[in-house]
Amino acid sequence: MIRVVLPAHLKTLVQVHGEVELDVSGVVSQRSVVDALERRYPVLLGTIRDPTTRKRRPFIRFFACEEDLSHDDPETPLPESVVSGKEPFFVIGAMAGG
Amino acid sequence: MSGVRVLVGTRKGAFILRSDGLRKDWNISGPFFGGWEMYHLKGSPVNPNRIYASQTTSWFGQIIQRSNDGGETWEPVGNQFNYDGVPGTHQWYDGTPHPWEFARVWHLEPSLTDPDTVLAGVEDAALFQSTDGAATWNELSGLRTQDSGSSWQPGAGGMCLHTIIVSPKDPQRIYIAISSAGAFRTDDGGVTWRPINKGLHSEGIPDEDAEVGHCVHHITMHPSKPDTLFMQKHWDVMRTDNAGDSWVEVSGNLPTDFGFAIDVHAHEPETIYVVPIKSDSEHYPLDGQLRVYRSRSGGNEWEPLTKGLPQSNCYVDVLRDAMSVDMLDRCGLYFGTTGGQVYASSDEGDSWEAIARDLPAVLSVEVQTLA
Repeated sequence: MIRVVLPAHLKTLVQVHGEVELDVSGVVSQRSVVDALERRYPVLLGTIRDPTTRKRRPFIRFFACEEDLSHDDPETPLPESVVSGKEPFFVIGAMAGG
Repeated sequence: MSGVRVLVGTRKGAFILRSDGLRKDWNISGPFFGGWEMYHLKGSPVNPNRIYASQTTSWFGQIIQRSNDGGETWEPVGNQFNYDGVPGTHQWYDGTPHPWEFARVWHLEPSLTDPDTVLAGVEDAALFQSTDGAATWNELSGLRTQDSGSSWQPGAGGMCLHTIIVSPKDPQRIYIAISSAGAFRTDDGGVTWRPINKGLHSEGIPDEDAEVGHCVHHITMHPSKPDTLFMQKHWDVMRTDNAGDSWVEVSGNLPTDFGFAIDVHAHEPETIYVVPIKSDSEHYPLDGQLRVYRSRSGGNEWEPLTKGLPQSNCYVDVLRDAMSVDMLDRCGLYFGTTGGQVYASSDEGDSWEAIARDLPAVLSVEVQTLA
């Protein structure tokens, strides 16, 4: 079971309060996790990545195991502790202040 | 008793202000979609409880929300705005070709006859239509692909299609406006389009009376005179009486003819309202005095309306979609400011009061008059 933590605005959009738990078949990667997220919650289409190019939106980041994985190839397998469910996969809205 | 519902889109969520026909006591609900930019909300003229809303942020992109109960509850609907075919390019700020890229929905225009049909004006400039209650969207690509499309260039606010007016006399006739390409008209339901900018003069473009390239800020129309349009351009207030074939300036005695918002009285097609803004480099009222100007002669002769509006130290802006009118016997007017105030008048603009004072910056105001 893959554990996903969404940013607050997307939690509100899909009406969940805590983590999202996903079954992901095959290689567990950024792409397969977001694919599974979008299948579970179609309203997320376009909010995390471009619906056509499937590229990560500019102000979205992917973190796991205290690492920024945003610039990794989306097909790269995620760390074993994410695959095992020990650690969550974080979808982050980039910080902005002012 | 009749009532009024004011749909307010702000930089940080949507708010709904409700009152009965007296328009004295107001109830404010919201924020809906807190933290998101709500560019526009508008209800169906056929079924006022059907409301569409554009919800967006730079982080998470575009969501379209729909309500079937007058804004009590909402559901996200279709947010896939794919340009038709290979989109091609328009001009970028530096004059180089730039691919058309969807950014956000600026304006939603529900059909005059079908609650499931709605038009959306988007950035980068294009017009989309849904006929299934906003579940799916298709581009009316004849606009973007007409001759001048590849030469359009964004203004500082982005290349947005912000105004959509469907003629009540002929639903095949639609007017739209784009910053900063100008105004366009279709007479065949959106298949073919042509620029309607003859008579506009803009000092900010190389050819001041070019066919396209004008920074049109907003256009309004009274339904009883669908060939007469009033325009607030970057500078200049304009009117046409031949469906945009030619325009004449009606700025007249306005203290400044820069501005964004313009609207027309619900029952008097020659009574129009603008909110003059000092200049294109100083987006606030002249002399710190927030004044609505009214013309009862379709332009040229204007009178300031100040009662109840701040007349000193006021430096807010009133954006293009942030003014609206109700349909009650004595026409009510409403406008929102970038300072978060919503001002209302229940006497055609003679006097005003703030019906909301501390909202986030207001992007849009639409009024529904309820039976």
